[in-house]
Amino acid sequence: MTDTLQPETSPVTRTLPRGHITADVLKDAGITFVIALLLFGSIVGLRTDTVNGVLVLIPQFGKALALATAVAVGRLLLDVFIWRRMTDGRTFASLIPSALPVLKVAGAVGVTFGLALYSIPGFRASLVAGAGSGHPALGAITDLITFACESTFLVIAAMSIVRAARLVIGQTPDEAVGQGILRRFTADFGREFPIALLLIALALPMLTAGPSQRYAIDTATQILIYVMLGWGLNIVVGLAGLLDLGYVAFYAVGAYTYALISTQFGWSFWVCLPLAGFFAALWGITLGFPVLRLRGDYLAIVTMAFGEIIRIVLLNWQSLTGGPNGINRIPKLTFFGLPFERTGDGTFASVFGLKFDPLHRMVFLYYVILALALLTNFITLRLRRLPIGRAWEALREDEIACRSVGINTVTTKLTAFAIGAMFGGFAGSFFAARQGFISPESFTFMESALVLAIVVLGGLGSQLGVVIAAVILIGSAERFRDLEDFRMLIFGLSMVLVMIWRPRGLMSGRTPSAFLNARKNISGSFVKEGRG
Amino acid sequence: MADGVSDATRDDLLRVENLTMRFGGLVAVDKLSFTARRGDITAIIGPNGAGKTTFFNCITGFYKPTEGRIALAHGSEAAFEALPAATFRGKQWTKANGACAVFLLERMPGFEIARLARVARTFQNIRLFAGMTLLENLLVAQHTVLNAASGYTIGGLLGLASFKRAEAAAIDKAAYWLREIGLVDRADDPAGDLPYGAQRRLEIARAMCTDPVLLCLDEPAAGLNPRESHELNALLLKIREEHALSILLIEHDMGVVMQISDRIAVLDYGKKIAEGTPDEIRADPRVIAAYLGVPDDEVEDVGAEVGL
Ligand SMILES: Nc1ncnc2c1ncn2[C@@H]1O[C@H](COP(=O)(O)OP(=O)(O)OP(=O)(O)O)[C@@H](O)[C@H]1O
Ligand SMILES: [Mg+2]
Repeated sequence: MTDTLQPETSPVTRTLPRGHITADVLKDAGITFVIALLLFGSIVGLRTDTVNGVLVLIPQFGKALALATAVAVGRLLLDVFIWRRMTDGRTFASLIPSALPVLKVAGAVGVTFGLALYSIPGFRASLVAGAGSGHPALGAITDLITFACESTFLVIAAMSIVRAARLVIGQTPDEAVGQGILRRFTADFGREFPIALLLIALALPMLTAGPSQRYAIDTATQILIYVMLGWGLNIVVGLAGLLDLGYVAFYAVGAYTYALISTQFGWSFWVCLPLAGFFAALWGITLGFPVLRLRGDYLAIVTMAFGEIIRIVLLNWQSLTGGPNGINRIPKLTFFGLPFERTGDGTFASVFGLKFDPLHRMVFLYYVILALALLTNFITLRLRRLPIGRAWEALREDEIACRSVGINTVTTKLTAFAIGAMFGGFAGSFFAARQGFISPESFTFMESALVLAIVVLGGLGSQLGVVIAAVILIGSAERFRDLEDFRMLIFGLSMVLVMIWRPRGLMSGRTPSAFLNARKNISGSFVKEGRG
Repeated sequence: MADGVSDATRDDLLRVENLTMRFGGLVAVDKLSFTARRGDITAIIGPNGAGKTTFFNCITGFYKPTEGRIALAHGSEAAFEALPAATFRGKQWTKANGACAVFLLERMPGFEIARLARVARTFQNIRLFAGMTLLENLLVAQHTVLNAASGYTIGGLLGLASFKRAEAAAIDKAAYWLREIGLVDRADDPAGDLPYGAQRRLEIARAMCTDPVLLCLDEPAAGLNPRESHELNALLLKIREEHALSILLIEHDMGVVMQISDRIAVLDYGKKIAEGTPDEIRADPRVIAAYLGVPDDEVEDVGAEVGL
């Protein structure tokens, strides 16, 4: 009977001789395209809208076509690289190593391209405009590619500078000897990459020029606000393992504290900042007390409710907060007492003998939030190495064991809430000072969800992860502003994908807070998420 | 080990009176009175569901007993003299003459029992900080000392030299215990990565890092192979000698119990049915009955059947 045995085949994997594959795969993709077109044609392709009270049908077949193409291409790629196998049982993916030289050359070309783009500022604009004249989508794609090349070039340049500096002071990563150039370059990636990011962040206002400069600095400021919020929430969720869905409440408390005190009493930002932190921390403790006994989902729901309570109070306490109209004319930040004004004596521009430029203020704001964020990071990293930080992490790992070694879990949880809230309050008052106008609309549940998404996507407890996730989420949200309809779709899709491929976030695992012989990173699979 | 000399020097450490713990209609611990002596290894045995773990949870503050008093004396037995007054005044603990103090454990929250009364414990289902390294596990156990040395975080943030010294001392102590349990090579690995037996030993080391006067071990030999449980015996005897420690031990492995304990108490359905030296317990018909699950008067017959 053995000779009649069939070779094992899984439902999707098919083994075909090489020549057949092209025809087979194309047929498959074609069918997928037709099915997708039928589905999307009715769902996306026809849109109903009310114009002047009349229901009208707006055809959007272009969008439907684009989506169906995307699906078909995805199917094609899966087919070629994962499902179909050649007669010898290998997938096409197994051929990638032999394509490595090609990829390397492509990478080098990309970086050179980035260098070229970077050194000739007008180049990118004309390139994008040229492509965009063919089709707007083409322009967007060209823009994205050139932007990616530029960023890669920047990161590589910054990392080279860091490496060069380390070599000058006589530090060589030991793995760096006698291997390929790529290997050698990334030998100490974990240490050098954050420093390179810091360098880029510090130099950012100088790195951009031309018409995109204002946009770049503004976006970077926006990203840094979220980095700071993410770092603050990381203390509560990532370290102490307390799932907090109402973090925006502290952001709001900080913003309104600055807005009210500065408009009512005329106190300066730097005096209000500690106060905002203090009030937010106080609110953190107030919130912490009733939820101490709650865990997991229950904690999440109650904190979410607290976030909403704050917003609704702000909305209804007309006499104090101005209700839905918010607070107007909040004093802007000054440069140590020198306002950034167009006219008048003693302004920043007149004192330094410069021509007035709104950019001055933006750059200053950028550096203020950068300093605040770095302060948050510095304090968090120090706290992690202190008994309190270790107690937070122990709490996340096992609350009962904590009590058995004499840790007061009540105060430990409350400090986590308070310190996390304090940083949220700082970020809030910066937000108010930057915006000059705040209203309850800025503090909806969506903000809490976004900050939590940053923390989870980055990897619970990872400081670098928060930065990367904030750049991806906020940065892409800014860049894809024109694609408004699809923004949330892409956001949701990317979250789902990340949760499938990297369920513990982009930077999973943790660095131990102390070591005896050598510091080894701990794989994320051992680290608990905390149950409240 | 019932030699008269050591008996005379060993005074009472823990006195449990009339302890009752009810879960709804279920009486898990029933009017239990029990004494453990300073320096002894006291074993608590009994069939599954007898209420042993519940008893431990009452001592270590994880459950509030329904009724009863649990008193622990630091220093010497003389401290118990302050007990009636303390009970009457509703105090959680009180200092007696000299370095003595008496603690009413049923009134104290769990973390203070560990911190002030210095009762440490391990868990039947191991509870380590799995995502933290072995060293970190032992540092977390020294939280009370370290947190005070860090000036409740403020001083630590500023980088006080005194905190750095305290931290170095804490790391030394952790390294000492890692050597004792033979895991110093794995100091920087996550605790969750250890094999089962090593996790049990690490849990004992973590408990010891809190500087306890009383160590409560809930089935430390469960899941260990014979060689490992032999090593465990040696470890327990050693730390008892070297660290002036008393041990309460819940254990089903009679090899461990009979070899190292000074006294044994037997629980069944929440009641103490026997107490005495290992030899006395081994011969007690009520104990055999409880383990075999037959009424007292049939013990003779069943005992004969199984060849006792
Ligand atoms: N939190 C609780 N709620 C309700 N019932 C409980 C609780 N904890 C323990 N019990 C019950 O109390 C009884 C004693 O349980 P306990 O865990 O103390 O037994 P044990 O002697 O430790 O048994 P084992 O040898 O199996 O560990 C059991 O019937 C158990 O179901
Ligand atoms: Mg038990």
